[in-house]
Amino acid sequence: MPSYSFTLNGKSVTVEAPADMPLLWVLRDLLHVTGPKYGCGVGVCRACTSHLDGAEIQPCVVKVKDCADREVTTIEGLADGDGLHPVQQAWIDCDVSQCGFCQPGQIMAAAALLKKTPHPTDDDIDAIENVCRCGTYARIREAINRAAKEITP
Amino acid sequence: MDGNESVGIDTTGGAGPAAETGAPGSGVSGSGALGSGVSRRRFMVYSLAAATLTVAAPLGCDSDTAEGTEPARAAADVLVTGTDDEMLVLEVTEANRIVVRLPRVELGQGITTAVAMMIAEELDARLADVDIPLADARTKGNQSTGGSNSVSSLYGPARQLAATARARLVTAAARRWHVPAWSLRTSETTVIAPDGRTATYGSLTRSAAGIRRTSVSAKPKPAARHKVIGRPTGRIDARDIVTGKARYAGDLDVAGAGPTVVARPPTLGGKLVSVDDRAARAMDGVRAVVKVPGGVAVVADTFHHAFQARDALKVKWAPGPLAALSDAAIRSRLRAAVPRPGPAPHGSKQVEGEFEFAFVSHAPMEVLTAVADVRADRAELWFSSQTPMDARDGIASAVGLRASQVKVHVMRGGGSFGRRLNFDAAIEAALISKAAKQPVKLMWSRNDDMRHGRMRPASHHRIRASHADGRVVAFTHATASVNESYGKQGAANQAVYVRPARAASARPLAAPLPSDSGLYNFGRLSGDSGGVDLAMPLGAWRSVDSGTVRTAEEIMVDEIAGALGVDPVAFRRTTLRSKAVRAVLDKVAAAGSWGAPLPAGHGQGVAVHEEYGSCVACLVEIDGSDPKKPRVTKVVMAADVGTVVNPRGLEAQLMGAATDGISTVLTAGLHIDRGAVREGSYKDFQWARQRNAPLHFEAHIMPSKGDPGGAGELGVPAASGAVANAYARATGLKPRRFPLNF
Repeated sequence: MPSYSFTLNGKSVTVEAPADMPLLWVLRDLLHVTGPKYGCGVGVCRACTSHLDGAEIQPCVVKVKDCADREVTTIEGLADGDGLHPVQQAWIDCDVSQCGFCQPGQIMAAAALLKKTPHPTDDDIDAIENVCRCGTYARIREAINRAAKEITP
Repeated sequence: MDGNESVGIDTTGGAGPAAETGAPGSGVSGSGALGSGVSRRRFMVYSLAAATLTVAAPLGCDSDTAEGTEPARAAADVLVTGTDDEMLVLEVTEANRIVVRLPRVELGQGITTAVAMMIAEELDARLADVDIPLADARTKGNQSTGGSNSVSSLYGPARQLAATARARLVTAAARRWHVPAWSLRTSETTVIAPDGRTATYGSLTRSAAGIRRTSVSAKPKPAARHKVIGRPTGRIDARDIVTGKARYAGDLDVAGAGPTVVARPPTLGGKLVSVDDRAARAMDGVRAVVKVPGGVAVVADTFHHAFQARDALKVKWAPGPLAALSDAAIRSRLRAAVPRPGPAPHGSKQVEGEFEFAFVSHAPMEVLTAVADVRADRAELWFSSQTPMDARDGIASAVGLRASQVKVHVMRGGGSFGRRLNFDAAIEAALISKAAKQPVKLMWSRNDDMRHGRMRPASHHRIRASHADGRVVAFTHATASVNESYGKQGAANQAVYVRPARAASARPLAAPLPSDSGLYNFGRLSGDSGGVDLAMPLGAWRSVDSGTVRTAEEIMVDEIAGALGVDPVAFRRTTLRSKAVRAVLDKVAAAGSWGAPLPAGHGQGVAVHEEYGSCVACLVEIDGSDPKKPRVTKVVMAADVGTVVNPRGLEAQLMGAATDGISTVLTAGLHIDRGAVREGSYKDFQWARQRNAPLHFEAHIMPSKGDPGGAGELGVPAASGAVANAYARATGLKPRRFPLNF
């Protein structure tokens, strides 16, 4: 079994896994990092959204071999210690979550968007594909706008 | 003392409830406390024998139903008294935590936050000091979550429970300090003396445990003194969710539980003919391959290995019983099954419409997942369930154990919308664990979820409004929907759930309007329903029949108004029976600027709904300039749900209902194609994304002193109706078959 090393939420990890094993199952089943959720396995629902070298990815369709020696950040690694990331704080302030299952992915998608586009337009926010079955979209939009102001006043 | 005494109070001065004693050895001891709930309900509180203050309130003891609710609502309230098993139990720990083990499930609807607020209110505790873990499946009582009745069924008992605990804590402090109890006050999980001394509840809990007779009133506060109830409050689990700490069944690390998936047939109810599992068994990381009624299960070291081995199985399937059936045939059978209405009143003119609704997946974000550890003499399971008691019985019977040998831990659910009323996956997980002789973590794939149910049944509606002299004199609504029926084919893998009274939508079939008299003054009301029996896994879907029945009716109301040459809001105002419904309609019409000029191709629509002791109105604006790609741009809702515990939670439920309306009316449904569901994920099951959600959403909550009504499902029919009516006005098309763009 090949072995792969990468940085996960700031710490170096090494896993023995088949090269084509999706990062999602490496995270969840081998490393017990369960913030990224399975919702479809084909990169459509985006409940697993995380970051690879700071950019948005769907770990259910990214192979572990493609993460070697790179930086993976999941929802667990977004906050800086006890201090929440502004997007997480905005999510709490706007009381976005309902069932919560898609929200780690929504937050990671929003954080990636704001990194690229500090002041997103409605169209930029509309381009987020993450599914929220509870239908919290209006509060997601509100929270992204709030976090944008917080990060880049 | 083995038995228990209880005293109920009836603020109307009538006799208290019959005080039943618990079974000997039930663990319940001590006296009841006095208290009263809203209106004329009566609630009892018991003490449980414990070193720390532990009190319990039976659930479902309130005999009076909320005003305006349908009789079905009362049937959901099962009378229970006796052991702690049937109660809401509050414990004050020495660490100053208030712990209430809730016999309901949190699915996103916010019930844990609402209950924490009720407890914090009456106890004068900090909300952050209140924990609401979910109770394991019990042996008795009412543990089902459904019918939008959680807040209304818990509002009285939870507040009485906390008020009783507070009285005992205050009494304990008074004894400790030798001061009159009336001189003490409570705030932030602490008792405070006039001289400034303080004692946390945690420091008083051991002495409070021995107190039976309190020196201060245990009566819940009047609503005017509420500081927590009615205040917009964020979810108590918000931080856990946004940091990824919230745990769902699939996130559990139960020792040895092997990730498990099931190879399923391509068609609904397809049967296994043969399987060659040699290649799969030989693969790395595969622990077991076992047959179950739904297909062939693979237990592996990770889900990656499980999926890979599943795909390596060489399976021959026989087509399911519906293999000859597709949508067109189902639709025509439904149409033929709609009963014919009687003759229209002599001399009247008719407005008629026929409406068709496709099957809809519940598609909760968290697919069905269950951890099961089945041994020869016991079983333990972890999954999210709206009906854990029925689930336990079903699991026990499936694996040949007694119910008492099966332990079910209820997990929070990643959405449900009715899907977790059924416990198909839990039974399947138990069967796999038994056959594989090891603990398993079963996960249905998204394909499994979409293609093997459950789903809201497809339905057909024929509505006729008869009018004469400018008013409606008769209204008839006949329907037919698909019924789940396996006939003689058997369905060992289908855990057919017996719905609780409310969730079953026990509305009399002969009266499709949701109250005895109907929402509108439409003269003589009549209705009838037929059905088409098919071997399909169906289920109650948020708002159950109202999601289709009432949506179709609200479209007809607009068309009647059109035929009479009256504005749809004005027409509703003059024909609605209830002042409360008129008030929510007026609210959205004013707040949403009904009738304001809009760009070409845009339109507004309204609809109302009344159910669960509550009512709601919705105003929608839509950009229909491309009828194939309409965009809802604005949603304004107003709801009257009686006393509101958490306005922020209510707003969230209305927002979710708006998304349900947008999705099911415009794009989201399932095709049946030669006995199989065509959709396989959110790629083709077109649930709303951000680009389909309104840019502007607002919800208005009507002030009310009434009993709390239901809210979780309330908004769906009004939102659906308003989306359809806005679409009609924007495009000039008559919405008839849903979803419209399918």
